[in-house]
Amino acid sequence: MLQGADLTLSRGGIPVLSGVNFTLQAGHALILRGPNGIGKTTLLRAIAGLQPFDAGTLTGAEDQIAYGAHADGVKATLSVHENLTFWAACFGSKGVDRAMSAMNLDALSDRRAANLSAGQKRRLGLARLLVSDRPIWILDEPTISLDSASVMLFAQAIRGHLGQGGSALIATHIDLGFAAEVLDLSQFRAKSSTGAGAFDEAFS
Amino acid sequence: MIALLRRDLRLALRTGGGFGLGLAFFLMVAVIVPLGVGPAPQTLSVIAAGVLWVGALLASLLSLDRIFALDYEDGSLDLLATSPLPLEGAVVMKSLAHWITSGLPLVLAAPVLAVLLNLVPNAYFWLILSLFLGTPALSMIGAFGASLTVGVKRGGLLLSLLVLPLYIPTLIFGAEVVKRGAMGADVMVPLAVLAAITLGTWAALPWAAAAAIRINLR
Repeated sequence: MLQGADLTLSRGGIPVLSGVNFTLQAGHALILRGPNGIGKTTLLRAIAGLQPFDAGTLTGAEDQIAYGAHADGVKATLSVHENLTFWAACFGSKGVDRAMSAMNLDALSDRRAANLSAGQKRRLGLARLLVSDRPIWILDEPTISLDSASVMLFAQAIRGHLGQGGSALIATHIDLGFAAEVLDLSQFRAKSSTGAGAFDEAFS
Repeated sequence: MIALLRRDLRLALRTGGGFGLGLAFFLMVAVIVPLGVGPAPQTLSVIAAGVLWVGALLASLLSLDRIFALDYEDGSLDLLATSPLPLEGAVVMKSLAHWITSGLPLVLAAPVLAVLLNLVPNAYFWLILSLFLGTPALSMIGAFGASLTVGVKRGGLLLSLLVLPLYIPTLIFGAEVVKRGAMGADVMVPLAVLAAITLGTWAALPWAAAAAIRINLR
């Protein structure tokens, strides 16, 4: 349902990845791996539509993606329920209560987000994916600051999503406990010499 | 889109939301100017229109950097940009929320503060009308400036430098409406131009602002 062919990406003018190919089927998850700075976040942001690809084609992304970034987009002065209701209204969906209980946020419903712990905030950020009603989840290090019980809860939510025919593209280093293909990005590292060479040529 | 408007209004009204900042500033200007200029009623009534309009303009400027910067910092802007909501619509709603929380209170407070500046009685109506028609343009132009500086940390100075020149036409025609109203002259021309500026900015700038945000998010 999501297919990338020969994707080339740069960050701040420096090429980071080139020739990335992947296919994400409905009901499947794809885990991105690779060392820090390889371009996992850049790839995910580009797939989410926040930055353009230098080359290559991405098919199936239009209006299908829910993006979970490093930052949760949680408003500190709004309550947990208000935060989630806003995103549900944004995506035109209704499942706020279902998402709250799936992420074990029921007891925190009226608490201001400013008074949440980092892990609770993260759970609120992930509950946003559940109310988005979008088939493809793009997740950037979703388990940061979650305790092991919450990781299990989150893995369960992803399994439920995959079971309903959704799919997920996840950059993570931990084992989420379900079968998923792994895409190692180190093999697609852009050759920095091409960029530098072109520069030298222009000025020589 | 209504949800975004309601969220922004709610955020503005809660602690640290910045509601009242512009209004308090406007109040201070109107109170302090007579102390600085001197209490002569003649002098005050001459400068009243200009002072009230300059005060409204600077008050609006105060809260501009909050329009997008807060959403940028906590990641909401990324998520809004990837949500089904068109970014142009988000710009319109955020500008509208800014106007309701900073422009509209000024419109309502202006007639009270005009008393302190000894504004001529028959200019009150024109003062309220000109502020009502002109302040939405200030919010939208400001949102455009805020979208250009959205990635810049402490971008307040840059924002002010970008936005102030664009505010000038609104200021000139807004103050002109009140001045002519005070003299009992015909106000249709400056009033029409003021309304045209507001309609023009609201028609064109959401697209420009959305494009600027998309570039800044890369």
